[in-house]
Amino acid sequence: MPFPLPPLPTIGQLVFTGIALFTCASALGVVLARNLFHGALALVATLFGVAALYVMLEAEFLAVSQVLIYVGAISTLIAFAIMLTRSMMYGKTSPLNRQAGKTGLFAVLIFLALFGFVQSIPWPASAAPVLANESMIAALGEQFVTNYVIAFEVLGLLLLVALVGAVMLARDN
Amino acid sequence: MLSQYAFILIMSSIALILPVAAILMGHMLGPRRPDAVKNAVYESGVETIGDTWVQFRAQYYLIGLVFVVFDVEAIFLFPIAVAYEQLSMFAVFAAIFFVLLLVVGLLYDWRKGALEWQ
Amino acid sequence: MQGSTWSDGIVGLLTGLGLPEMLALGIAYGIGAFILVNFGMISALLLIWITRKAISRMQDRLGPNRLGPYGLFQTVADAAKLISKEIITPSQSDFLAYNLAPVLSVFGALMLLAVVPFAPGLIGVDLNIGVLFVVALGSIGVMAALMAGWGSNNKYALLAGFRVVAQLLSYEIPMVLSILTVVLLTGTMSFGRIVEAQSLTIGGLNLGIGWFGVMMPAAMLIFFISSLAEAELTPFDLLEAESELIAGFHIEYSGMKFAMFFLAQFVNAWILSALMAILFLGGWQGPGVGLPVIGPILGFGYFFVKAYAVYVLQQWVRGTFPRVRIDQMMYFAWKVLVPAIVGLIVAQAIAQKLPFPDPVIYAIIFVANIAAIWLVATMLQRYIKGESLRTKRSFEPTSLIGTMQEAKEYAMY
Repeated sequence: MPFPLPPLPTIGQLVFTGIALFTCASALGVVLARNLFHGALALVATLFGVAALYVMLEAEFLAVSQVLIYVGAISTLIAFAIMLTRSMMYGKTSPLNRQAGKTGLFAVLIFLALFGFVQSIPWPASAAPVLANESMIAALGEQFVTNYVIAFEVLGLLLLVALVGAVMLARDN
Repeated sequence: MLSQYAFILIMSSIALILPVAAILMGHMLGPRRPDAVKNAVYESGVETIGDTWVQFRAQYYLIGLVFVVFDVEAIFLFPIAVAYEQLSMFAVFAAIFFVLLLVVGLLYDWRKGALEWQ
Repeated sequence: MQGSTWSDGIVGLLTGLGLPEMLALGIAYGIGAFILVNFGMISALLLIWITRKAISRMQDRLGPNRLGPYGLFQTVADAAKLISKEIITPSQSDFLAYNLAPVLSVFGALMLLAVVPFAPGLIGVDLNIGVLFVVALGSIGVMAALMAGWGSNNKYALLAGFRVVAQLLSYEIPMVLSILTVVLLTGTMSFGRIVEAQSLTIGGLNLGIGWFGVMMPAAMLIFFISSLAEAELTPFDLLEAESELIAGFHIEYSGMKFAMFFLAQFVNAWILSALMAILFLGGWQGPGVGLPVIGPILGFGYFFVKAYAVYVLQQWVRGTFPRVRIDQMMYFAWKVLVPAIVGLIVAQAIAQKLPFPDPVIYAIIFVANIAAIWLVATMLQRYIKGESLRTKRSFEPTSLIGTMQEAKEYAMY
């Protein structure tokens, strides 16, 4: 055979490629959309794509919390914010501004840096077997209230601050 | 586990294709005679004035914010609920304290009238 | 790994024919998914018929009765009509948002069917996070409503879109938290295991009546109320208040696109009642489901009877109650339901850690639930009292204000 054929991709790789392309395309849509609402919709699509990638990594709880919090709550807030302001709702923004060149440069640099990191770091592989099914979620829940209890309570405090801050924000309006 | 999500993937593609097919069928079977009046924005027969945008209450945004907080709370409580059988008393109190923190926040919003629809 | 048993048979058959296992599994899943999606689409026809019949009986009418026995084919005719209607696209609508919204709303409703356990072993996929999967899919419905409201470039649609989102978000919290009570009790988020946990085995025989709704009536009630709001049914149908908003966020949709929203709404309402049957009424559990051959068939029957019974109950409420105002809707969600369910969760969490035998703990949970119902009822009574007094005052001539007796005869209103 004149050309050595590359090995056929597995189904998993095919699905991953599809999801990755979808995520990247919608991420591009977020920055390039001229209409802000379309940008918000593209953001939702991106977040869905990332959730699908989490599923591929067998982190289903993470995936579903991503959808619940980011798609269900944060994106709705963003859409609200867009719709609440008249100029944002009708204004067609240009994806480019004066800083486009510099930002592009930095984006490329950051990509190169990340790429270098990913290549060079020896990723630690856990020796312990991955917990199957529900016990993984149970283990996560147990960690919240035992080893990471301080972080967990601080998170509760942060949410409390957010509740108080929400009132302050609405007061100003 | 991944095979379960393969089912979700297959089903979601079918669940997307079917409504699209139904709508396309409606496009093909139905007549198509658009005219300016028919395509105009419906507003009880009156011609529309100004643009669609009307001044919305900031309250909607506030509800969104409160919702985000409680959504995050709920999602953190679910794994704890799954692990509940094997939790120690200390862990249980930590979880209850977490809930009570948010109850304080809710009470604050309540007192400040943020949950009121003015 | 809990394999879903329904696919095993097909996979076995196909691999017997010489197909590789991967392909066989793919085909089996494809068949299962296709059946589920079509089940959703077709059952919507039946649901619309049930709804119309139930509501018209409540309003002393006959309802559809011309086409087929008991008017059963009326919805088929309606569907045929809708499919042949012209699809009008408003001139200034946003192509992407306007066209994507109906598809997404159907998608969000149909995908819920993937995790509904119909009978023992008969569940699309028994996800470990099934409960959260359902809640997460609800956010697609929210996005669809926003897209439809914004995309159709209509003041009423946009206003209704905002209201939908405010309502869906507000009632999602009590709904999620009422599901949390079940998860707290069973320690699992998979629907299959939640249903299995509701058996009641006495003397080695599964009676199948250990329903959580018996033990946690308040949680069930809160779930039911929030499911009414999530399904946009009448006490909470201010999103499509005909007198104010004409039709809701789908005002500019016609023909098949409108039909999609309609379908999504009915499928959603049914799945919410099915979820209530699963979480609180034992799903496919019932007397005799432990029997070898007839058990699964019985379970299938029990599940559908329960799900449709809850659905009819929803329609009953819909045919009976007046519409609430938007401030009442908010009040009820945030000041009644959320505090009640948070209190219940804390009480249940403490009760489950008490060093008592299980029956005592269950009794404590039951008492806490009754207390929660009593509290909610008292709060509502006080609210209604105040409200009726206020209404009365506002209709009174100004010269008489203050002379009125303290609401002794408030029951008149």
